[in-house]
Amino acid sequence: MNLTRTFTEATPLLLQGLRITVLISVLAILFGTLIGFFSCLIGLSKLRGLREISAVYIWIIRGTPMIVQAFIVYFGFPQLIQMFNPAFRISAFTAGLVTLSLNAGAYISEIFRGGISAVDKGQIEAARSLGLSRSITMVRVTLPQAIKIAIPSMVNQFIITIKDTSILSVIGLADIVNKAKVYVGASYQFFTTYILVAVYYLVIISVLMLVSQRVEKRFNYERKKL
Amino acid sequence: MKEKILIKGLYKRFGKSDVLKGIDLAVKEGEVVCVIGPSGSGKSTMLRCMNRLETASGGVIIVDGIVMSDKRVNINKARENIGMVFQSFNLFSHLTVRRNITLAPVELKKKKREEADRDALALLKRVGLEDKIDAYPHELSGGQKQRVAIARALAMAPDIMLFDEPTSALDPEMIGEVLQVMKQLATDGMTMVVVTHEMGFAREVADRVIFMSDGVILEEGLPENIFSDPKENRTREFLKRVMPA
Ligand SMILES: Nc1ncnc2c1ncn2[C@@H]1O[C@H](COP(=O)(O)OP(=O)(O)O)[C@@H](O)[C@H]1O
Ligand SMILES: [Mg+2]
Repeated sequence: MNLTRTFTEATPLLLQGLRITVLISVLAILFGTLIGFFSCLIGLSKLRGLREISAVYIWIIRGTPMIVQAFIVYFGFPQLIQMFNPAFRISAFTAGLVTLSLNAGAYISEIFRGGISAVDKGQIEAARSLGLSRSITMVRVTLPQAIKIAIPSMVNQFIITIKDTSILSVIGLADIVNKAKVYVGASYQFFTTYILVAVYYLVIISVLMLVSQRVEKRFNYERKKL
Repeated sequence: MKEKILIKGLYKRFGKSDVLKGIDLAVKEGEVVCVIGPSGSGKSTMLRCMNRLETASGGVIIVDGIVMSDKRVNINKARENIGMVFQSFNLFSHLTVRRNITLAPVELKKKKREEADRDALALLKRVGLEDKIDAYPHELSGGQKQRVAIARALAMAPDIMLFDEPTSALDPEMIGEVLQVMKQLATDGMTMVVVTHEMGFAREVADRVIFMSDGVILEEGLPENIFSDPKENRTREFLKRVMPA
Protein backbone atom coordinates (compact mmCIF):
# COMPACT_ATOMS: atom_id res chain seq x y z
CA MET A 1 0.00 0.00 0.00
CA ASN A 2 1.58 3.19 -1.14
CA LEU A 3 -0.72 6.16 -1.39
CA THR A 4 1.74 8.54 -3.07
CA ARG A 5 2.67 5.93 -5.68
CA THR A 6 -0.96 5.09 -6.38
CA PHE A 7 -1.80 8.76 -6.50
CA THR A 8 0.84 9.65 -9.09
CA GLU A 9 0.33 6.50 -11.15
CA ALA A 10 -3.43 6.23 -11.08
CA THR A 11 -4.44 9.86 -11.20
CA PRO A 12 -4.14 10.38 -14.99
CA LEU A 13 -6.20 7.23 -15.57
CA LEU A 14 -8.77 8.06 -12.93
CA LEU A 15 -9.15 11.61 -14.23
CA GLN A 16 -9.99 10.22 -17.68
CA GLY A 17 -12.67 8.12 -16.01
CA LEU A 18 -13.81 11.02 -13.88
CA ARG A 19 -14.40 13.08 -17.03
CA ILE A 20 -16.75 10.41 -18.33
CA THR A 21 -18.48 10.07 -14.94
CA VAL A 22 -19.10 13.81 -14.71
CA LEU A 23 -20.14 14.12 -18.35
CA ILE A 24 -22.66 11.28 -18.23
CA SER A 25 -23.97 12.48 -14.84
CA VAL A 26 -24.55 16.02 -16.05
CA LEU A 27 -26.24 14.85 -19.26
CA ALA A 28 -28.37 12.27 -17.44
CA ILE A 29 -29.47 14.84 -14.86
CA LEU A 30 -30.39 17.22 -17.67
CA PHE A 31 -32.28 14.67 -19.77
CA GLY A 32 -33.71 12.99 -16.69
CA THR A 33 -35.15 16.29 -15.48
CA LEU A 34 -36.68 16.98 -18.90
CA ILE A 35 -38.12 13.48 -19.16
CA GLY A 36 -39.35 13.65 -15.58
CA PHE A 37 -41.00 17.00 -16.17
CA PHE A 38 -42.87 15.82 -19.25
CA SER A 39 -43.75 12.48 -17.71
CA CYS A 40 -45.21 14.37 -14.77
CA LEU A 41 -47.25 16.71 -16.97
CA ILE A 42 -48.49 13.77 -19.04
CA GLY A 43 -49.34 12.00 -15.79
CA LEU A 44 -51.55 14.93 -14.77
CA SER A 45 -53.24 15.14 -18.17
CA LYS A 46 -56.97 14.92 -18.57
CA LEU A 47 -56.50 12.18 -21.19
CA ARG A 48 -56.41 8.75 -19.69
CA GLY A 49 -54.19 7.31 -22.43
CA LEU A 50 -51.47 9.85 -21.72
CA ARG A 51 -51.70 9.26 -17.99
CA GLU A 52 -51.28 5.52 -18.57
CA ILE A 53 -48.08 6.05 -20.58
CA SER A 54 -46.53 7.90 -17.68
CA ALA A 55 -47.75 5.36 -15.14
CA VAL A 56 -46.43 2.35 -17.09
CA TYR A 57 -43.06 4.03 -17.66
CA ILE A 58 -42.64 4.74 -13.96
CA TRP A 59 -43.84 1.27 -13.05
CA ILE A 60 -41.28 -0.42 -15.31
CA ILE A 61 -38.34 1.71 -14.19
CA ARG A 62 -39.12 1.45 -10.50
CA GLY A 63 -39.88 -2.26 -10.72
CA THR A 64 -36.60 -3.36 -12.32
CA PRO A 65 -32.96 -3.03 -11.27
CA MET A 66 -30.94 -0.50 -13.23
CA ILE A 67 -28.33 -3.07 -14.10
CA VAL A 68 -30.98 -5.13 -15.90
CA GLN A 69 -32.23 -1.98 -17.66
CA ALA A 70 -28.66 -1.30 -18.77
CA PHE A 71 -28.27 -4.84 -20.12
CA ILE A 72 -31.52 -4.51 -22.04
CA VAL A 73 -30.52 -1.18 -23.57
CA TYR A 74 -26.93 -2.21 -24.33
CA PHE A 75 -27.29 -5.88 -25.31
CA GLY A 76 -30.99 -6.49 -25.78
CA PHE A 77 -32.25 -3.71 -28.02
CA PRO A 78 -29.27 -3.78 -30.41
CA GLN A 79 -29.90 -7.48 -31.02
CA LEU A 80 -33.54 -6.71 -31.78
CA ILE A 81 -32.71 -3.82 -34.11
CA GLN A 82 -29.92 -5.79 -35.81
CA MET A 83 -32.59 -8.17 -37.13
CA PHE A 84 -33.66 -5.29 -39.39
CA ASN A 85 -30.43 -3.32 -39.62
CA PRO A 86 -27.38 -5.53 -39.09
CA ALA A 87 -25.05 -2.53 -39.04
CA PHE A 88 -26.66 -1.09 -35.92
CA ARG A 89 -24.26 -0.43 -33.03
CA ILE A 90 -24.66 1.39 -29.74
CA SER A 91 -21.78 2.65 -27.64
CA ALA A 92 -21.55 1.94 -23.94
CA PHE A 93 -21.75 5.68 -23.34
CA THR A 94 -24.97 6.13 -25.32
CA ALA A 95 -26.56 3.05 -23.79
CA GLY A 96 -25.47 4.18 -20.35
CA LEU A 97 -26.82 7.66 -20.89
CA VAL A 98 -30.18 6.35 -22.13
CA THR A 99 -30.48 4.01 -19.15
CA LEU A 100 -29.46 6.58 -16.61
CA SER A 101 -31.72 9.31 -18.06
CA LEU A 102 -34.76 7.05 -18.23
CA ASN A 103 -34.05 5.90 -14.71
CA ALA A 104 -33.65 9.38 -13.25
CA GLY A 105 -36.65 10.60 -15.31
CA ALA A 106 -39.04 8.16 -13.65
CA TYR A 107 -38.02 9.16 -10.15
CA ILE A 108 -37.98 12.86 -10.99
CA SER A 109 -41.46 12.52 -12.48
CA GLU A 110 -42.66 11.25 -9.12
CA ILE A 111 -40.80 14.02 -7.29
CA PHE A 112 -42.47 16.69 -9.44
CA ARG A 113 -45.86 15.06 -8.96
CA GLY A 114 -45.35 15.08 -5.20
CA GLY A 115 -44.31 18.73 -5.35
CA ILE A 116 -47.35 19.73 -7.37
CA SER A 117 -49.80 17.91 -5.13
CA ALA A 118 -48.17 19.48 -2.07
CA VAL A 119 -49.07 22.98 -3.24
CA ASP A 120 -51.91 24.37 -1.16
CA LYS A 121 -55.20 23.96 -3.05
CA GLY A 122 -56.23 27.42 -1.90
CA GLN A 123 -53.47 28.93 -4.06
CA ILE A 124 -54.96 27.30 -7.13
CA GLU A 125 -58.50 28.29 -6.22
CA ALA A 126 -57.42 31.88 -5.74
CA ALA A 127 -55.78 31.91 -9.16
CA ARG A 128 -58.78 30.33 -10.86
CA SER A 129 -61.19 32.71 -9.11
CA LEU A 130 -59.33 35.62 -10.72
CA GLY A 131 -60.07 34.16 -14.15
CA LEU A 132 -56.67 32.56 -14.76
CA SER A 133 -56.88 29.42 -16.88
CA ARG A 134 -55.73 25.98 -15.78
CA SER A 135 -52.51 26.28 -17.74
CA ILE A 136 -51.59 29.81 -16.66
CA THR A 137 -52.31 28.79 -13.07
CA MET A 138 -50.02 25.79 -13.50
CA VAL A 139 -47.16 27.85 -14.92
CA ARG A 140 -47.41 30.97 -12.77
CA VAL A 141 -48.71 29.67 -9.45
CA THR A 142 -48.44 25.91 -9.03
CA LEU A 143 -45.09 25.10 -10.65
CA PRO A 144 -43.00 27.82 -8.97
CA GLN A 145 -44.19 26.59 -5.59
CA ALA A 146 -43.96 22.91 -6.54
CA ILE A 147 -40.36 23.32 -7.71
CA LYS A 148 -39.42 24.92 -4.43
CA ILE A 149 -40.98 22.03 -2.54
CA ALA A 150 -39.26 19.53 -4.84
CA ILE A 151 -35.71 20.91 -4.68
CA PRO A 152 -34.41 18.84 -1.74
CA SER A 153 -35.71 15.59 -3.26
CA MET A 154 -34.35 16.63 -6.66
CA VAL A 155 -30.88 17.14 -5.20
CA ASN A 156 -31.15 13.76 -3.56
CA GLN A 157 -32.05 12.19 -6.90
CA PHE A 158 -29.15 13.96 -8.62
CA ILE A 159 -26.78 12.46 -6.05
CA ILE A 160 -28.24 9.01 -6.64
CA THR A 161 -27.83 9.48 -10.40
CA ILE A 162 -24.17 10.46 -10.02
CA LYS A 163 -23.50 7.41 -7.90
CA ASP A 164 -25.51 5.15 -10.22
CA THR A 165 -23.08 5.89 -13.05
CA SER A 166 -20.73 3.46 -11.34
CA ILE A 167 -23.13 0.58 -12.11
CA LEU A 168 -22.64 1.29 -15.81
CA SER A 169 -19.04 0.11 -15.64
CA VAL A 170 -20.49 -3.39 -16.07
CA ILE A 171 -21.50 -2.60 -19.66
CA GLY A 172 -18.05 -1.19 -20.25
CA LEU A 173 -18.62 2.51 -19.67
CA ALA A 174 -15.14 3.96 -19.23
CA ASP A 175 -16.05 5.76 -16.01
CA ILE A 176 -13.87 6.24 -12.96
CA VAL A 177 -14.79 2.87 -11.44
CA ASN A 178 -13.92 1.09 -14.67
CA LYS A 179 -10.57 2.86 -14.86
CA ALA A 180 -9.90 2.02 -11.23
CA LYS A 181 -10.57 -1.66 -11.93
CA VAL A 182 -8.10 -1.54 -14.79
CA TYR A 183 -5.42 0.04 -12.61
CA VAL A 184 -6.05 -2.31 -9.72
CA GLY A 185 -5.80 -5.29 -12.07
CA ALA A 186 -2.24 -4.32 -12.88
CA SER A 187 -1.04 -2.85 -9.58
CA TYR A 188 -3.03 -4.70 -6.88
CA GLN A 189 -3.32 -1.39 -4.99
CA PHE A 190 -6.92 -2.09 -3.92
CA PHE A 191 -7.05 -0.01 -0.77
CA THR A 192 -5.39 3.15 -1.97
CA THR A 193 -7.03 3.12 -5.41
CA TYR A 194 -10.58 2.71 -4.16
CA ILE A 195 -10.03 5.25 -1.37
CA LEU A 196 -8.96 7.65 -4.08
CA VAL A 197 -12.07 6.85 -6.13
CA ALA A 198 -14.25 7.44 -3.08
CA VAL A 199 -12.59 10.82 -2.52
CA TYR A 200 -13.32 11.84 -6.10
CA TYR A 201 -17.01 10.98 -5.69
CA LEU A 202 -17.10 12.89 -2.43
CA VAL A 203 -15.68 15.94 -4.16
CA ILE A 204 -18.20 15.89 -7.04
CA ILE A 205 -21.15 15.36 -4.74
CA SER A 206 -19.99 18.03 -2.30
CA VAL A 207 -19.79 20.49 -5.18
CA LEU A 208 -23.35 19.57 -6.17
CA MET A 209 -24.54 20.04 -2.60
CA LEU A 210 -22.91 23.46 -2.37
CA VAL A 211 -24.51 24.56 -5.62
CA SER A 212 -27.89 23.24 -4.52
CA GLN A 213 -27.70 25.11 -1.24
CA ARG A 214 -27.34 28.33 -3.17
CA VAL A 215 -30.22 27.43 -5.48
CA GLU A 216 -32.37 26.54 -2.50
CA LYS A 217 -31.65 29.93 -0.93
CA ARG A 218 -32.66 31.67 -4.12
CA PHE A 219 -35.99 29.90 -4.14
CA ASN A 220 -36.60 30.48 -0.48
CA TYR A 221 -38.83 33.54 -0.73
CA GLU A 222 -40.06 32.81 2.78
CA ARG A 223 -36.68 33.83 4.18
CA LYS A 224 -35.54 36.23 1.52
CA LYS A 225 -35.94 39.38 3.52
CA LEU A 226 -35.80 38.34 7.14
CA MET B 1 -82.41 47.86 -10.27
CA LYS B 2 -80.80 45.10 -12.34
CA GLU B 3 -80.25 41.63 -10.94
CA LYS B 4 -76.55 40.87 -10.68
CA ILE B 5 -76.91 37.38 -9.33
CA LEU B 6 -79.88 35.13 -9.95
CA ILE B 7 -80.04 31.63 -8.54
CA LYS B 8 -82.96 29.30 -9.19
CA GLY B 9 -83.36 25.86 -7.66
CA LEU B 10 -79.66 25.36 -6.94
CA TYR B 11 -78.85 21.79 -5.91
CA LYS B 12 -75.46 20.51 -4.87
CA ARG B 13 -74.62 16.94 -4.02
CA PHE B 14 -71.26 15.69 -2.76
CA GLY B 15 -71.36 11.97 -3.36
CA LYS B 16 -74.44 10.84 -1.50
CA SER B 17 -74.97 13.88 0.69
CA ASP B 18 -77.22 16.70 -0.41
CA VAL B 19 -75.50 19.89 0.63
CA LEU B 20 -77.69 22.45 -1.13
CA LYS B 21 -81.33 21.53 -1.51
CA GLY B 22 -82.95 24.08 -3.74
CA ILE B 23 -81.63 27.60 -3.27
CA ASP B 24 -83.40 30.59 -4.80
CA LEU B 25 -81.68 33.92 -4.49
CA ALA B 26 -81.56 37.22 -6.33
CA VAL B 27 -78.99 39.91 -5.63
CA LYS B 28 -79.48 43.35 -7.13
CA GLU B 29 -76.80 45.67 -8.40
CA GLY B 30 -75.05 47.42 -5.51
CA GLU B 31 -76.75 45.25 -2.94
CA VAL B 32 -74.86 43.82 0.04
CA VAL B 33 -76.17 40.44 1.12
CA CYS B 34 -74.79 38.82 4.27
CA VAL B 35 -75.16 35.07 4.63
CA ILE B 36 -75.25 33.66 8.15
CA GLY B 37 -75.93 30.23 9.52
CA PRO B 38 -74.39 27.32 11.39
CA SER B 39 -71.22 25.65 10.17
CA GLY B 40 -71.92 22.94 7.58
CA SER B 41 -75.17 24.52 6.42
CA GLY B 42 -73.78 25.05 2.89
CA LYS B 43 -72.86 28.74 2.93
CA SER B 44 -69.43 28.25 1.36
CA THR B 45 -70.75 25.78 -1.16
CA MET B 46 -73.43 28.22 -2.31
CA LEU B 47 -70.86 30.99 -2.66
CA ARG B 48 -68.47 28.73 -4.55
CA CYS B 49 -71.23 27.69 -6.94
CA MET B 50 -71.61 31.36 -7.90
CA ASN B 51 -68.16 31.42 -9.56
CA ARG B 52 -68.22 27.72 -10.29
CA LEU B 53 -65.39 26.72 -7.99
CA GLU B 54 -68.02 24.08 -7.33
CA THR B 55 -70.25 22.88 -10.15
CA ALA B 56 -73.93 22.80 -9.36
CA SER B 57 -75.69 19.45 -9.49
CA GLY B 58 -78.90 21.15 -10.54
CA GLY B 59 -80.51 24.53 -10.98
CA VAL B 60 -79.54 27.71 -12.74
CA ILE B 61 -77.01 30.35 -11.72
CA ILE B 62 -76.85 33.58 -13.67
CA VAL B 63 -74.22 36.15 -12.78
CA ASP B 64 -74.29 39.45 -14.64
CA GLY B 65 -76.28 37.86 -17.43
CA ILE B 66 -73.90 34.91 -17.84
CA VAL B 67 -75.32 31.46 -17.18
CA MET B 68 -72.58 30.07 -14.93
CA SER B 69 -74.26 26.68 -14.75
CA ASP B 70 -73.94 26.29 -18.55
CA LYS B 71 -70.89 24.15 -19.39
CA ARG B 72 -70.30 26.07 -22.61
CA VAL B 73 -69.67 29.47 -21.04
CA ASN B 74 -66.10 30.75 -20.97
CA ILE B 75 -65.70 30.30 -17.26
CA ASN B 76 -62.37 32.13 -17.05
CA LYS B 77 -63.81 35.19 -18.74
CA ALA B 78 -66.85 35.09 -16.45
CA ARG B 79 -64.70 34.82 -13.33
CA GLU B 80 -62.82 37.99 -14.23
CA ASN B 81 -65.96 39.83 -13.23
CA ILE B 82 -66.43 38.04 -9.90
CA GLY B 83 -63.86 38.71 -7.20
CA MET B 84 -63.51 36.22 -4.37
CA VAL B 85 -61.98 36.60 -0.93
CA PHE B 86 -61.20 33.47 1.07
CA GLN B 87 -61.08 32.75 4.76
CA SER B 88 -57.47 31.61 4.46
CA PHE B 89 -56.39 34.61 2.31
CA ASN B 90 -54.64 32.41 -0.28
CA LEU B 91 -52.12 35.05 -1.28
CA PHE B 92 -49.59 33.63 -3.73
CA SER B 93 -46.78 32.90 -1.32
CA HIS B 94 -44.01 33.04 -3.93
CA LEU B 95 -44.94 36.54 -5.13
CA THR B 96 -44.60 39.98 -3.58
CA VAL B 97 -47.71 41.96 -2.74
CA ARG B 98 -47.26 43.91 -5.98
CA ARG B 99 -47.04 40.76 -8.11
CA ASN B 100 -49.95 39.18 -6.26
CA ILE B 101 -52.08 42.09 -7.37
CA THR B 102 -50.74 42.44 -10.92
CA LEU B 103 -50.49 38.74 -11.87
CA ALA B 104 -54.03 38.30 -13.17
CA PRO B 105 -54.46 41.69 -14.91
CA VAL B 106 -51.12 41.31 -16.70
CA GLU B 107 -51.51 37.62 -17.59
CA LEU B 108 -55.02 38.20 -18.87
CA LYS B 109 -53.81 41.18 -20.88
CA LYS B 110 -56.19 43.56 -19.20
CA LYS B 111 -53.35 45.93 -18.41
CA LYS B 112 -49.75 46.61 -19.32
CA ARG B 113 -47.22 45.92 -16.61
CA GLU B 114 -46.63 49.65 -15.83
CA GLU B 115 -50.32 50.39 -15.71
CA ALA B 116 -50.94 47.36 -13.50
CA ASP B 117 -48.16 48.49 -11.17
CA ARG B 118 -49.68 51.94 -10.90
CA ASP B 119 -53.11 50.48 -10.22
CA ALA B 120 -51.64 48.11 -7.62
CA LEU B 121 -50.26 51.09 -5.72
CA ALA B 122 -53.61 52.88 -5.92
CA LEU B 123 -55.43 49.77 -4.67
CA LEU B 124 -52.96 49.34 -1.82
CA LYS B 125 -53.55 52.98 -0.82
CA ARG B 126 -57.23 52.20 -0.77
CA VAL B 127 -56.68 49.35 1.72
CA GLY B 128 -54.02 51.34 3.60
CA LEU B 129 -51.01 49.17 2.72
CA GLU B 130 -49.01 51.10 0.15
CA ASP B 131 -45.85 50.66 2.24
CA LYS B 132 -46.14 46.86 1.91
CA ILE B 133 -45.99 46.77 -1.88
CA ASP B 134 -42.65 44.92 -1.97
CA ALA B 135 -43.33 42.63 0.98
CA TYR B 136 -43.89 38.89 0.68
CA PRO B 137 -47.11 37.48 2.16
CA HIS B 138 -45.30 35.80 5.06
CA GLU B 139 -44.14 39.23 6.21
CA LEU B 140 -47.72 40.45 6.70
CA SER B 141 -50.15 40.05 9.57
CA GLY B 142 -53.42 38.23 8.94
CA GLY B 143 -55.37 41.45 8.64
CA GLN B 144 -52.84 42.85 6.19
CA LYS B 145 -52.93 39.65 4.13
CA GLN B 146 -56.69 39.82 3.86
CA ARG B 147 -56.60 43.47 2.80
CA VAL B 148 -54.06 42.59 0.10
CA ALA B 149 -56.32 39.72 -0.98
CA ILE B 150 -59.18 42.19 -1.36
CA ALA B 151 -56.92 44.51 -3.39
CA ARG B 152 -55.90 41.57 -5.57
CA ALA B 153 -59.51 40.73 -6.32
CA LEU B 154 -60.32 44.38 -7.04
CA ALA B 155 -57.43 44.61 -9.53
CA MET B 156 -59.57 42.77 -12.06
CA ALA B 157 -62.21 45.47 -11.63
CA PRO B 158 -64.99 43.00 -10.87
CA ASP B 159 -68.64 44.01 -10.67
CA ILE B 160 -69.31 41.52 -7.91
CA MET B 161 -67.35 40.47 -4.83
CA LEU B 162 -67.84 37.24 -2.91
CA PHE B 163 -66.45 36.94 0.62
CA ASP B 164 -66.25 33.60 2.42
CA GLU B 165 -65.78 34.30 6.13
CA PRO B 166 -63.07 36.87 5.43
CA THR B 167 -62.39 37.57 9.11
CA SER B 168 -62.79 34.11 10.63
CA ALA B 169 -59.05 33.32 10.53
CA LEU B 170 -58.06 36.65 12.06
CA ASP B 171 -57.01 37.62 15.56
CA PRO B 172 -59.78 39.75 17.07
CA GLU B 173 -57.75 42.97 16.94
CA MET B 174 -57.38 42.65 13.16
CA ILE B 175 -61.01 42.05 12.28
CA GLY B 176 -61.87 45.73 12.34
CA GLU B 177 -59.37 46.80 9.69
CA VAL B 178 -60.72 44.23 7.21
CA LEU B 179 -64.36 45.03 7.91
CA GLN B 180 -63.52 48.71 7.46
CA VAL B 181 -62.24 48.04 3.93
CA MET B 182 -65.33 45.97 3.15
CA LYS B 183 -67.61 48.67 4.49
CA GLN B 184 -65.95 51.23 2.23
CA LEU B 185 -66.41 48.88 -0.71
CA ALA B 186 -70.10 48.56 0.11
CA THR B 187 -70.43 52.34 0.35
CA ASP B 188 -68.78 52.64 -3.07
CA GLY B 189 -71.63 50.59 -4.50
CA MET B 190 -70.05 47.17 -4.97
CA THR B 191 -72.41 44.22 -5.25
CA MET B 192 -71.35 41.92 -2.42
CA VAL B 193 -72.26 38.54 -1.02
CA VAL B 194 -70.60 38.06 2.36
CA VAL B 195 -70.62 34.86 4.37
CA THR B 196 -69.81 36.05 7.87
CA HIS B 197 -70.07 35.47 11.58
CA GLU B 198 -69.65 39.19 12.24
CA MET B 199 -73.21 40.00 13.21
CA GLY B 200 -72.32 43.63 13.93
CA PHE B 201 -71.09 44.05 10.37
CA ALA B 202 -74.16 42.31 8.93
CA ARG B 203 -76.48 44.50 10.95
CA GLU B 204 -74.71 47.70 9.95
CA VAL B 205 -73.72 47.09 6.33
CA ALA B 206 -76.05 44.47 4.88
CA ASP B 207 -79.05 45.45 2.80
CA ARG B 208 -80.35 41.97 3.39
CA VAL B 209 -79.44 39.06 5.65
CA ILE B 210 -79.90 35.44 4.68
CA PHE B 211 -80.05 32.66 7.22
CA MET B 212 -79.04 29.26 5.88
CA SER B 213 -79.64 25.97 7.60
CA ASP B 214 -79.21 22.44 6.28
CA GLY B 215 -78.77 23.45 2.66
CA VAL B 216 -81.72 25.80 2.36
CA ILE B 217 -82.36 29.47 2.88
CA LEU B 218 -84.58 29.29 5.92
CA GLU B 219 -85.21 32.97 6.36
CA GLU B 220 -84.21 36.27 4.80
CA GLY B 221 -84.96 39.90 5.30
CA LEU B 222 -83.73 43.27 6.41
CA PRO B 223 -80.99 43.00 9.04
CA GLU B 224 -83.12 44.69 11.70
CA ASN B 225 -85.92 42.19 11.12
CA ILE B 226 -83.69 39.11 11.13
CA PHE B 227 -81.73 40.18 14.19
CA SER B 228 -84.56 41.65 16.27
CA ASP B 229 -87.51 39.59 15.19
CA PRO B 230 -86.54 36.26 13.58
CA LYS B 231 -89.51 34.25 12.41
CA GLU B 232 -87.94 30.80 12.51
CA ASN B 233 -87.03 28.88 15.61
CA ARG B 234 -83.71 27.77 14.22
CA THR B 235 -82.75 31.34 13.36
CA ARG B 236 -83.56 32.39 16.88
CA GLU B 237 -81.51 29.56 18.38
CA PHE B 238 -78.58 30.32 16.10
CA LEU B 239 -78.61 34.01 16.95
CA LYS B 240 -78.84 33.24 20.63
CA ARG B 241 -75.72 31.09 20.33
CA VAL B 242 -73.62 33.58 18.37
CA MET B 243 -74.86 36.73 20.10
CA PRO B 244 -75.56 35.87 23.72
CA ALA B 245 -77.54 38.83 24.99
N1 LIG C 1 -65.57 19.03 -1.44
C1 LIG C 1 -66.47 18.47 -0.61
N2 LIG C 1 -66.66 17.14 -0.62
C2 LIG C 1 -67.56 16.56 0.20
N3 LIG C 1 -68.33 17.23 1.08
C3 LIG C 1 -68.18 18.56 1.14
C4 LIG C 1 -67.25 19.25 0.30
N4 LIG C 1 -67.32 20.58 0.57
C5 LIG C 1 -68.27 20.71 1.53
N5 LIG C 1 -68.79 19.51 1.86
C6 LIG C 1 -69.85 19.28 2.86
O1 LIG C 1 -70.92 20.10 2.56
C7 LIG C 1 -71.51 20.62 3.73
C8 LIG C 1 -71.59 22.11 3.66
O2 LIG C 1 -70.29 22.63 3.67
P1 LIG C 1 -70.00 24.19 3.56
O3 LIG C 1 -70.64 24.72 2.34
O4 LIG C 1 -68.53 24.35 3.67
O5 LIG C 1 -70.73 24.75 4.84
P2 LIG C 1 -70.51 26.12 5.59
O6 LIG C 1 -69.68 27.00 4.73
O7 LIG C 1 -71.90 26.64 5.82
O8 LIG C 1 -69.84 25.78 6.88
C9 LIG C 1 -70.68 20.11 4.89
O9 LIG C 1 -71.34 19.03 5.47
C10 LIG C 1 -69.39 19.66 4.26
O10 LIG C 1 -68.85 18.59 4.94
MG1 LIG D 1 -67.78 27.81 5.10
